[in-house]
Amino acid sequence: MKLEEIIRPIERDEHPAEVKPMELFIRPEGPLKLDLRELWSYRELFYFFAWRDIKVRYKQTALGALWAMFAPFVTVVVFTVFFNKVAHIKSPNAIPYAIFTYTGLLFWNFFAAALASTSNSMMTNKSVISKIYFPRLIAPFSATIVNMVDFCFAFVLYAALFLFYGVRPGLAGVALLLPMLALTFLAATGLGLFFGALNVRYRDVQFVVPYLISTLLFLTPVIYPITQVPARFQWVLYLNPMTGIIQAMRAGTLHQGAIPWSMFCISLTSIVCMLVFGVYYFLRQERSFADYI
Amino acid sequence: MTPIVEINGLSKAYVISHQPKAGYGSLRDDIVNILRRPLQPHITQGASRETVWALDDVSCDVQQGEIFGVIGGNGAGKSTLLKILSRITYPTKGHAILRGRVGSLLEVGTGFHPELTGRENIFLNGAILGIRKQEITRRFDEIVAFSEIERFLDTPVKFYSSGMYVRLAFAVAAHLEPDVLIVDEVLSVGDARFQKKSLGKMGDAATSGTTVLLVSHNMASIESLCTRAMFLEHGQLVEIGPTTKIIEKYLSIASTAASQNLAERTDRQGDGRLRFTSAGLRSGERGQYSDVAQCGQDLEFVAAFTSDSGLKHVNASMAVYTAAGQCLMVLDSEMAGISLGSAPRHGRFSCRIERLPLAPGQYFLNLFCTANGEIVDWVQNAVTFHVEAGDFFGTGKLPSSSHGGLLVPQEWSCDDDDSSGARPSDVTSG
Repeated sequence: MKLEEIIRPIERDEHPAEVKPMELFIRPEGPLKLDLRELWSYRELFYFFAWRDIKVRYKQTALGALWAMFAPFVTVVVFTVFFNKVAHIKSPNAIPYAIFTYTGLLFWNFFAAALASTSNSMMTNKSVISKIYFPRLIAPFSATIVNMVDFCFAFVLYAALFLFYGVRPGLAGVALLLPMLALTFLAATGLGLFFGALNVRYRDVQFVVPYLISTLLFLTPVIYPITQVPARFQWVLYLNPMTGIIQAMRAGTLHQGAIPWSMFCISLTSIVCMLVFGVYYFLRQERSFADYI
Repeated sequence: MTPIVEINGLSKAYVISHQPKAGYGSLRDDIVNILRRPLQPHITQGASRETVWALDDVSCDVQQGEIFGVIGGNGAGKSTLLKILSRITYPTKGHAILRGRVGSLLEVGTGFHPELTGRENIFLNGAILGIRKQEITRRFDEIVAFSEIERFLDTPVKFYSSGMYVRLAFAVAAHLEPDVLIVDEVLSVGDARFQKKSLGKMGDAATSGTTVLLVSHNMASIESLCTRAMFLEHGQLVEIGPTTKIIEKYLSIASTAASQNLAERTDRQGDGRLRFTSAGLRSGERGQYSDVAQCGQDLEFVAAFTSDSGLKHVNASMAVYTAAGQCLMVLDSEMAGISLGSAPRHGRFSCRIERLPLAPGQYFLNLFCTANGEIVDWVQNAVTFHVEAGDFFGTGKLPSSSHGGLLVPQEWSCDDDDSSGARPSDVTSG
């Protein structure tokens, strides 16, 4: 079913005087439309959804936000012991394995958490979606903000690892940090929008996503260096958006040669495709959400 | 004048699939079907699909400043209409134009988070309803005062009583100032005093130029608030007109349904393993069913039924409603601590009461029956009956019809506090 609505919002507070009131036209059919102006007018709701998630996240926990550092700390210790010491996976250029793997893990964890939150965002906001109108895109995007806060805590641990091992981070890496974070966000939301919309109709998705995430970890060079994969197959790994992001970060911060831009473009293309398709699928489905949720 | 709300042939269809195993359409089924017949629209195997028109070609115009009521029985399409106008769901056919900022209140406390405090929820709920943060900050004290929960403002709402929760939620909603306000049944929650306060607030809204679309089962609030109303039945528009006229029509249709043969009624819910066939009042041991009783009479409410054999753990309920749709009393076997056991193939439930405590007037009886906790039959407005004036109090007096409702045996006294030695503080509260 294709449906459309045309809205010309006005800011009531900004035009208190006599203004021609906005007109809301509700009808069943029409082309898809991504209304950025409307999204912007709902920015406060975006902020409050994110604020709610952050407030609620560590309520009634003794360690509070320290969990955001403790959990990756445990993971990096486990990885170092098992993959480095036991399984003898070596990091290139004599970089301590803990820093090598954590460069990947830092971004991977954000990707995994953001993908899980966006995929589930329609379900967590179910009661609101069935009772009130708002541009549904607000929910999946705001759901990732709390994961970004966790990323910041996890980043403190990253800095601590550099100090502990006495490694100097490369400047290129510092410059790349924010753009790569933004790309991770887009990759996770692109995929998450598709799964989130699909989850409204098929609750199977909520079982698929966790497996997808744990499988995808092994298809991403987090634990192992990409050089362990035969060179002619490496491009396949780059179809995974996180491969490009993590390889770029490693090259930038850990002095591992030039950033593999040509390969990176494969990942970038894949991010763009996922995002465009995710948004398209989400918008196509969003009008029927309340009927199925 | 251009109407502020223009509804034009609005229709909404839901496709209901009767699957052998009810539940969500699973991804597997759909994938299998798409693969099997890639070029045809996919229909889940073994499922028959039925299109139900929840709303069928409804049109009307509402002018600015009107409080417009929408009434109708369960499943009449009232909520679907409001959901479409609130843009939660979309119409299948037709269109609607709303000229102005729309605020909708289909539930009080939408998006309240139990872990957040009252203060935090005011802001969150406000944002969800579309009130700007700046506006909430400005009117914060007013909202808190309206809610009467000052002392618990910094307590997580999960610790609130349900009354406090509703008051806080309504306080936020009451400060929503849209051009068109869409309200569904939210006035039916909260205690009577708070309901009255909320009604007053809505009356204010209309005088300030806000247009209100109101759905309620409470005919009294529709009658006191609305100037015009619309009557929906089975998704179709029956009539639009002045409120009193529409309410009359609604009640007369409800009693027409009640006069129909109960066994043949199709507007019932439940799995049908038991079906009520007739119901009425009976006084005396071998008396006939009747639809007339007298205040203060000892009598039995009787409901006859047919049922499948082997229906166990049966629980029956009868509820008495006023003509205005307000529930006055419930007779329930489980509540009374009576186990009815298994239902016979043909039988009747009887509930005996002493001194019928109903004031003169017309009443409806709802019948409800469960077996092992599952609803087997549920008929609303199953029968109608009249209560005639009777000497309930033994004084020949009865409350005037406007004070209607319930009659309660009562004892009075007037004591002289000086001679009985009571301390003056005992009586200062009056």
